[in-house]
Amino acid sequence: MTDTIRSSANRRLAYKLLGLTGLMFGFGYALVPLYNVFCEVTGINGKTGELSAAQADAMQPDLSREVTVEFVTSVSAGLAWQFSAPAQKIVVHPGVVTAVEFEVVNNAGRDMVGQAIPSVAPSTAARYFSKTECFCFNRQPLVAGKVSKLPVRFIVDPKLPADVQTVTLGYTFFEALPDAPDTNQKRGSLPST
Amino acid sequence: MSTAAAHHDEHHAHHPSGITRWLTTTNHKDIGTMYLVFSLIMFFIGGAMAMIIRLELFQPGLQWVNPQFFNSMTTMHALVMIFGAVMPAWTGFANWLVPLMIGAPDMALPRLNNWSFWILPFAFTLLLSTLFMPGGAPAGGWTMYPPLVLQTGNAFPFLIFAVHFMGASSIAGAINIIATVFNMRAPGMTLMKLPLFVWTWIITAFLLIASIPVLAGAVTMLLTDKFFGTSFFSAAGGGDPVMFQHIFWFFGHPEVYILILPAFGIASAIIPTFARKPLFGYSSMVYASASIAFLSFIVWAHHMFTVGMPLAGELFFMYATVLIAVPTGVKVFNWVATMWQSSMTFETPMLFAIAFVVLFTIGGFSGLMLGITPVDFQYHDTYFVVAHFHYVLVTGAVYALIAGTYFWLPKWTGHMYSETLGKWHFWLSTISVNVLFFPQHFLGLAGMPRRIPDYAVQFADWNMVSSIGGFVFGLSQILFVVGIVKCARGGKQATSQVWEGAHGLEWTLSSPPPYHSFSTPPAAATIEGGMR
Repeated sequence: MTDTIRSSANRRLAYKLLGLTGLMFGFGYALVPLYNVFCEVTGINGKTGELSAAQADAMQPDLSREVTVEFVTSVSAGLAWQFSAPAQKIVVHPGVVTAVEFEVVNNAGRDMVGQAIPSVAPSTAARYFSKTECFCFNRQPLVAGKVSKLPVRFIVDPKLPADVQTVTLGYTFFEALPDAPDTNQKRGSLPST
Repeated sequence: MSTAAAHHDEHHAHHPSGITRWLTTTNHKDIGTMYLVFSLIMFFIGGAMAMIIRLELFQPGLQWVNPQFFNSMTTMHALVMIFGAVMPAWTGFANWLVPLMIGAPDMALPRLNNWSFWILPFAFTLLLSTLFMPGGAPAGGWTMYPPLVLQTGNAFPFLIFAVHFMGASSIAGAINIIATVFNMRAPGMTLMKLPLFVWTWIITAFLLIASIPVLAGAVTMLLTDKFFGTSFFSAAGGGDPVMFQHIFWFFGHPEVYILILPAFGIASAIIPTFARKPLFGYSSMVYASASIAFLSFIVWAHHMFTVGMPLAGELFFMYATVLIAVPTGVKVFNWVATMWQSSMTFETPMLFAIAFVVLFTIGGFSGLMLGITPVDFQYHDTYFVVAHFHYVLVTGAVYALIAGTYFWLPKWTGHMYSETLGKWHFWLSTISVNVLFFPQHFLGLAGMPRRIPDYAVQFADWNMVSSIGGFVFGLSQILFVVGIVKCARGGKQATSQVWEGAHGLEWTLSSPPPYHSFSTPPAAATIEGGMR
C-alpha cells in the first residue's frame, strides 16, 4: 500500500468515525423525545392523563370500591407563595368525578405568574388518574397578597389495579416567566421570544 | 547508496528542539510521552484533592475545610482522576505502543494526534481555574445532576466547556487509534494476531465514540437550561431531572469500561511474559471484551435503581448487570489459568499485575452485590459504593497503568528501572490501598453516606484507619515518580527484549526504539516470531 492510498483511506475512515460521533451526539438529543414517549406510554414518571368531561361521565362508577386520594402541595425554592390542599386526604369511588379546591396566597409582595406541575404516585396508578379540569393546565397570574381558589376535577378509572388503595396527587408551583409560553406537558421546548 | 542513507538520516533528524519540538510534534512517541507526563501530573493534583478529603474525614466534626470546599474536592477529584489521569494515560499508552505492536511507522493521523493532546492542557486549565473563582469550584458531584449542578456559580460554564474539550480530545484520540489499527497494520498482522492491548483499545475507542457524544449532548442541555431558557431537566418547564440521569448514565456506564478495558489488555500482556507461557484463551479474551462492551450499553439504570422504576425495569437492569460477571469471569479465569503451572518470576510489573487480578476481582464482587436491586436500595450512595469503585479504578485501572509503566519503561527509556524502589513502591501501595479502601466497605454497610464532610461518631474508627491508609498510599506514589525520573536519567542499559519471556513486535526494536520505527513494515517471519 503506498502512502497516498493509505492516507486517503485514513481520511475516509476518520470522516466516517466523525460522522458516527455526530450521530451519537444527535442520539443524545433523540433520547429526550424517546424518554417522553416512553413515560407517556407507561406513565412511570407520574404524568397524569387528561379526559374530557364527556369521557369521564361515560365511566361506570364502582361504588363498591373505595380509593384514598392524598394531596401533597409544595412550592419551588425561592417562590414566596403559600399553597394548600383542601384536605390531607379524601376517599373517593372509582368512576365518580370529584371536585376539590386548592388555595394559593401570593406573599411575595409583587404580582407574579405561577405554573403548577402535577405528579401522581405510585407510578403504576398515574395512567388511571385523570383530570377533567385543573388549574395546572394554565399559568396562574396572582396579584400580590391575593388569595386564589384553584379548582380541580378528577376521576379515578375503575380499571385501577386492585392492589392500589392509595393514590397521591402532588403539585409543585414554579414561577413562570411572564413571557414564556404554557410549557406544561411539553419538555425541552425552546423559548418563543 | 551511502548518499541516500545520509540524506535519509538528515531528513529524520530534522525536527525542532526545545519547547517547539513538543508543541509541533506529530511523532507518536513524543505525543505518547506528553500524554503520560500530563496524566501523571493530573494523578498528583487529583491525589492532593483526595488527601484533603481524607484529612477532613480523619475525625468527625469539621476541622480543616468548609463543607462547600469539601464538596468541591470530591467533585474535582473525580473529574481530574477520570478525565485527566486515567483516560489520557490510556491514550498515552496507546500512542506509544499501538504503532509499535502492529508494525506501523506512526499513528494514522499524526496532526490530529498532536491536536488531541494539546486540547487537554486547555481543558484542565479551564477546569482547575474554577478553584479560584467566586463561588468556588463545581461542588455538585462529578455526575452533574440537575437541579443541584445548576446552582453552581461562575464555575458552571467553565465546567461544561472543560467537559466538552476533554470529550473532543478523547474522541479525536479514539478516531486516530481506530484508523491506525484498521489501516496501518503490517502485512500479515491479521486481526486475530493483534496483541490484546490493541484489541481492548479498539473496543475502548468504539465505546468512546459511541458514549462521549451523548455526554456532550447532556452537558449542552444543562448549559442551555441554565442560560438559554430551555427546560430539558426543569420540571417547571415540563422537563424531568430524572431524564438527565438516564442520559448521563447511558454515557457513564460505557465510560467505566473505557477506563478498565485497556487495563485488561495490559494484564494480558504482562502475565504471560512473567509466567513464560502463552496467554490462556486468546480468542475468548477478545470475545469477552467485545461482550462486555456490548453489555455496557444496556445496564445504565443500575446507577439509579432508587429513582422509582417499574419492577420490570429493575429486573431487566439487574439481570443485564449481573450478566457482565460472565465475560469478566472468563478473563479472570484465563489470567489464573495462564499462571497455573508456569515458571513465574515476580518482577515489579508482575507484582502489580497479580495484585490487579486479585484486587480488581474484589471490586468486581462488590459490584455484583451492588447490581442486585433489593440490596442496592441499602447500599446506594453509601461508602460501600465508594469502596467498590475505588477497588476497580485504583487497584484496577491505576494498578494496570503502574504495571504497564514498569513493564515498558525500559523499552521507552532504554534503561532498567530500580527493582528495589519498584518493590518498595509495590508493597507500600498494596498494603496501604487495602487499609485505605477495605474499611470503607464496613462504613458503607453501616450506613455512612458518601460526599459528606462530617459524620456520626460511630464511623470514627474506620474513617481514621482509612485516612491513615490514604496518607501512606498517597506518599508511596512519590516512590513511583522517583523511580521513573531515575530510570529516564540513566541506569543499566536495557536489552531489546528486556524481559526473558517478552514476545511481540515492540520487543524486536532497540531500547529505546529509534525516533522513527517500522518505516518499512516488519517481515512476516518477525510477526510470526513475536506471536505465541
